[in-house]
Amino acid sequence: MARSVLYDSTRCVGCRECEKACSERWHLPYNDKIAAEEKLSAHKLTTIRTYGEKFSRKLCMHCLEPTCASVCPVGALHKTALGPVVYDGDKCMGCRYCMTACPFQVPSYEWDSRLPKVRKCDFCSDRAASGQPTRCSEACPVEATVTGDRDQLIAEARKRIAENPNQYVNKIYGIEEVGGTSVLMLSSVPFDQIGFRTDLPQSSLPMLTWNVLSHVPDVAIVGGVLLGGIHWVTSRRIEVAKAEGKEGTK
Amino acid sequence: MSRLIPRTFWQWTFAILMALGAYATFVRFYYGLGASTNLTDQFPWGLWIGFDVLCGVGLAAGGFTLAATVHLFHIKKFEPIVRPAVLTAFLGYVLVVVALMFDLGLPWRIWHPLIMWNPHSVMFEVGWCVTLYTSVLALEFAPVVLERFQLVRLMKVLKVVMIPLVIAGVILSTLHQSSLGSLFLIVPHKLHPLWYSPLLPVLFYVSAIAVGLAMTIFESWHSSKAFGRELEFPLVKRLAEILAVVLAFYLTIRFLDLFKRGALATLEQPGPERWLFGLEIVLMAVPMLLLFRSKTRSNPRALYFTVVMFLLGFVTHRLNVGITGMERGSGVQYVPRWTEVVVTLAIIAIGFAAFRWIAAYFPIFEKEKEPAPPVATALDREWELEPAPGD
Repeated sequence: MARSVLYDSTRCVGCRECEKACSERWHLPYNDKIAAEEKLSAHKLTTIRTYGEKFSRKLCMHCLEPTCASVCPVGALHKTALGPVVYDGDKCMGCRYCMTACPFQVPSYEWDSRLPKVRKCDFCSDRAASGQPTRCSEACPVEATVTGDRDQLIAEARKRIAENPNQYVNKIYGIEEVGGTSVLMLSSVPFDQIGFRTDLPQSSLPMLTWNVLSHVPDVAIVGGVLLGGIHWVTSRRIEVAKAEGKEGTK
Repeated sequence: MSRLIPRTFWQWTFAILMALGAYATFVRFYYGLGASTNLTDQFPWGLWIGFDVLCGVGLAAGGFTLAATVHLFHIKKFEPIVRPAVLTAFLGYVLVVVALMFDLGLPWRIWHPLIMWNPHSVMFEVGWCVTLYTSVLALEFAPVVLERFQLVRLMKVLKVVMIPLVIAGVILSTLHQSSLGSLFLIVPHKLHPLWYSPLLPVLFYVSAIAVGLAMTIFESWHSSKAFGRELEFPLVKRLAEILAVVLAFYLTIRFLDLFKRGALATLEQPGPERWLFGLEIVLMAVPMLLLFRSKTRSNPRALYFTVVMFLLGFVTHRLNVGITGMERGSGVQYVPRWTEVVVTLAIIAIGFAAFRWIAAYFPIFEKEKEPAPPVATALDREWELEPAPGD
């Protein structure tokens, strides 16, 4: 079972129990000031954001084809079979390409540390194998965030929209954004009004660079043959010229 | 002791930059990236990537351009400027690595990509190519050092491998010069349409060739000033002609691409993007037009300033891709902190000083035994003077 999370913003009451549970999982400080930040950072890996009467949640989307994992030069990020996109701080050299490339601007950096690492939600990967829900799902008193299987959660989300078409916009965010994500969202207003990008491509981003990178061996082989050939031809021409020149002086 | 006291204006500038640079280095490594840069989670790449890496690697492109011209295409009349070009390239790459050591969060892990592979990452490819090419450049430059100390045996060994090395250098350069553009292929949602293009790798590669030629002209001029030598002027003039054609080619694909994607419509939007785009294009198109005039090419001073204008245009393009174009998509404004600027300036100053010092002690420039050879068509067959590859 590949882990997924469904966040239904129409159910969310903005109590921030998810934030609190998350900071406990990472042994991070949590207080009113941090609660009010409403912004992902190295000390806050999920956040509730307030848009008037509405709430929305931000956390790593755990893309099906994660851009961060594709761009990492040392393979410090990867998506596990169980669903979470996890980070290996022992490999990371701190180039921050993952942060530049992430379409959801999720990874944070420990800017104030002398030995900085990248920080991001790991979908409580320590619990993934045992099938336990994420801590944020567990902490949510109103089941706005629930953990489950992706297909089942999509079915559940569709059911909610069908049963209450007036309460929801007819869209499940995360089904097709950048090729699909493991976090799915429901909303009562268009998603760009609660802080989500709606202009992301439906195909996965890693293909954009792989289309070019896959030609690297071709460039090396064709280039090598071509340049070797040019060198041979031009040297030969000089040799011939030399020989002719010598004959000419005889 | 008295030799260490700065006297001229430039010596003072250098000394002050070194002092400030030392302090900025302390701030960077003692207090971390947060205290020494204006980078944020929303804007994780700034001046050190946008200028030091993207521009630095580009400005060092003269090495592979000229090595290919002379050693592979056997256009031997350019021989006298290969060494300065290879030296600039080598220094350039070393300094890019130095800048990366500042920018990486954990710089002592810079070797990680060599053993921890991810072939899907453009950064992985760039890392490998830059490492290999810096080694190639060291070997391409080695004959100069060996010649200085008369190590004849080693020189012979190097001569045997020189052609494969030059070929490898050209391929590696082709790969990573274009890949610096490919780095941004993965951010269609962030990079402004005036700069995001599926052709980014092609645009980066062609402009790298142009800037390689331009840097060679730039250095020839400075060396002729610094060492009171005759400028290899006929050669430089010829380079300027080629540069004009490469620039015209670059601007053609740049505009065809902009038209095809309909990106020029975004020029109606207010904001800094359109002005900086305009600046970039003017600083490339005006030099191109000037270089097509033989009057400009025949006047060393005019040629020098035209080339400087293009170098600034090139830098503007790279900064636009790395910084300007990324701001709106990230939703933040980025202005580098003083430490970022000082480290960058100090690295440039070290580059100039190192070039000067090496050029003074090693046989970089041909001796002033004869006036620069006139460019005649017969020189294409200048086999009598054919020096061994790698010289």
